Amino acid sequence: MPYQSILDFINFADPYENPFTPFMSSNLPYDLCYGLWEIIGGTIAWLIALLFGSNVVSDWLLRDDVTVLFAMILFMLVIFIVAFVVVLLNLWMERKVLGRLMDRRGTMIGLKGFLQCVADGLKTFMKENTIPAKVDKMTYIWCVSLIVGLSCFVACMVPLSNRWYVVNYDTGLIIIMAFYALAPFFILVSGWAQNNKYSLIGGIRAAELMISYEVPMLIIIATTSLLVGSFNINDIVAAQSEIWFIIPMCLGFIVFFFCAIAECERPPFDIAEAETELVEGWQTEYAGMKWGLIMLGDYLRGSVSCGMVAIMFLGGWTIPFIGGTAIPEIIFLIKAWFVFFLMILVRGAIARVRPDQILNLGWKVFMPLAVFNLAIAVLLKIGGFY
Amino acid sequence: MADSLVPVLEAQEKMDTDKMWVIWGPQHPFSHGLWTLKLQIDGEFCVDADPIVGYLHRGWEKETENRDYARIIPMTDRLCYCASMTYSHLYCMTVEKALGIDIPEKAKYIRIVADEVCRIQSHLMWLAAVGTDMGNLTVFLWAMREREYFLDLNVKLCGARMTTNYPRIGGVRNDITELFDRDILRAVDRFEKAMWDIIYLIDDSSVFVSRMRNISFLTREQCANMGLTGPAMRGCGVDFDIRRDDPYDNYDKVDFEVPVLNKESKVGDTYDRYMIRIEEMFQSCDIIRQAVAKIRAIGKNAPYRIKTPTRVPAGTTFGRLEDPRGESIMYLVSDGTDKPYRLKVRSPIFTNVSCSKVMCEGVRIADVPAVLAQIDMCLGETDR
Repeated sequence: MPYQSILDFINFADPYENPFTPFMSSNLPYDLCYGLWEIIGGTIAWLIALLFGSNVVSDWLLRDDVTVLFAMILFMLVIFIVAFVVVLLNLWMERKVLGRLMDRRGTMIGLKGFLQCVADGLKTFMKENTIPAKVDKMTYIWCVSLIVGLSCFVACMVPLSNRWYVVNYDTGLIIIMAFYALAPFFILVSGWAQNNKYSLIGGIRAAELMISYEVPMLIIIATTSLLVGSFNINDIVAAQSEIWFIIPMCLGFIVFFFCAIAECERPPFDIAEAETELVEGWQTEYAGMKWGLIMLGDYLRGSVSCGMVAIMFLGGWTIPFIGGTAIPEIIFLIKAWFVFFLMILVRGAIARVRPDQILNLGWKVFMPLAVFNLAIAVLLKIGGFY
Repeated sequence: MADSLVPVLEAQEKMDTDKMWVIWGPQHPFSHGLWTLKLQIDGEFCVDADPIVGYLHRGWEKETENRDYARIIPMTDRLCYCASMTYSHLYCMTVEKALGIDIPEKAKYIRIVADEVCRIQSHLMWLAAVGTDMGNLTVFLWAMREREYFLDLNVKLCGARMTTNYPRIGGVRNDITELFDRDILRAVDRFEKAMWDIIYLIDDSSVFVSRMRNISFLTREQCANMGLTGPAMRGCGVDFDIRRDDPYDNYDKVDFEVPVLNKESKVGDTYDRYMIRIEEMFQSCDIIRQAVAKIRAIGKNAPYRIKTPTRVPAGTTFGRLEDPRGESIMYLVSDGTDKPYRLKVRSPIFTNVSCSKVMCEGVRIADVPAVLAQIDMCLGETDR
């Protein structure tokens, strides 16, 4: 076998010259992962070739489509890890800010409390994995997977900038909201599957909550896309390059903000897991790692809510009149964290709302406001402002 | 109503739906202690409730029969850790009544101060519980923060935070400590300002108010018939407070108002019951100020305790006082020895919790914690 340099195996090609590349425009994490896999895959192929001479495995590893496959796997990992870290920072911020609101320090484990999430994760991981005797096992287990899976899916779908995204669909907003709205259905199912009265009431309440906030929320989304003329998230952000939508649609912002809190079942709209009356609501029978995953899913959905508010009303990753910056992801995350900060303030200030009050709020307050907001948007569109 | 809905509603009425019993407790986040509330629910509404107590029965009353009179005082602290001072006070008062002795003026005022500090810290504990029951932890922690100042006063007065062991038969254990009068006035002034933070947080929030308004109405007649006492009773319009209407110690010499629901409204709801306790805390501050002024006027070296005989003459004695939670009664049967023949405690909560059936009828499930928080459960005294 003729000696071949490792550089013959590693080619630093532009990922977009690869005919199998799934992205049309530039995608920062994909670029990084593609380059990373070119190095890792090339090294592996070289090592195998060094040992066995020219062989099938090395050739397979160097193929264009295989490179794309492994680059995509790395890409998914990177996207999820970033979403996960954002959630951990959200958790830390919630603990600290709530602590300050309540005149205490908040968590102090590790560096300023950063390690509390790690401690919680380890604790739930070490716990015994119990399944109560009389539950519907199949549904009981699969509902957790589906709720957490859907939450992860939606959290990864939210773009951090026009170069940090998973898919750049023309219907991006619709896709995200559709998958977002699926989880409450599985909450209802798992509440039924647990064979527990608290869980059942909690599950029914989740459905009750859903029918009250989902309609105004979708009207606001329709309003936004009416102004922009597109469901594409990039277009929505680009449309706000001069003025954020929070100014023409301040009503819509208020409605969407509270609907977003209800969507991720945070206090004060956490009636499905209302601690004082329903113990833990639909989560009563889940223990250990399952419960930890459910909490993770909740916070993933929380970060999606904040991200959607930032995208639709706060200009996403752009700054008015400046436009794009060198670090659009950070700009976006700062906006999302600001929205989350507002959510924490709401949580610290007001009590849990009763289910019938949420129904009243949804149908008698949010719904007319959303329609009014739609009317304003239509007038603006007719007037030629957008 | 739309005509198209009528057949649906008719069909709904014909449907054979069953009411469901949901059992809350004995370990449940809303039950502050060990007790069970069986709730029968029809959809979202409660149609019946059945409280079950007795998980914490320790044989308190029987145990007192084997101890001499002085050694029962520490046990009275354990009846309720929030109202330890009032229970010790009640016990000492009852025994003094049986002995037929009068205690020094200074001791009476010190007891008033201690009672009112106890009332404020007990009400703050209740406020904290209301916060968690409504799903807001900020109220909980702010109320607990304020409570710390009064627990510190307890420490300054008698060395313990909650189980104080302070009143004695014939007076109090020790005189007020140095600078206690100054500290308590400071704490009260501070508290009156800080309390407004919590009041703004609750009363200015339409969510809090709408959670408590217009649920669980009780009339005066119902209160009287069920034996409801304390702030919950005054919140329904019954103008009765033992401190004013049957004064013990020197409560007739201090000037204070009894917060009560105004005369026009016939029924009181949960929010009225809530407001009474908040106002009571401010009244307690007034009482503390007056009592401290009296203690200062009496002077430093006045007696605060007298010697009493260890044997109580045979007979029966009845003592009662206004506990933070209602009317506490002790009924003492003495047989001339140094140990009581029988000591019966009438706990206000034991009676108040039996009203939960009436209070919970017709309210939604989500309202039950808000409604029952106004009882201010304390299981130590209920089960004894």
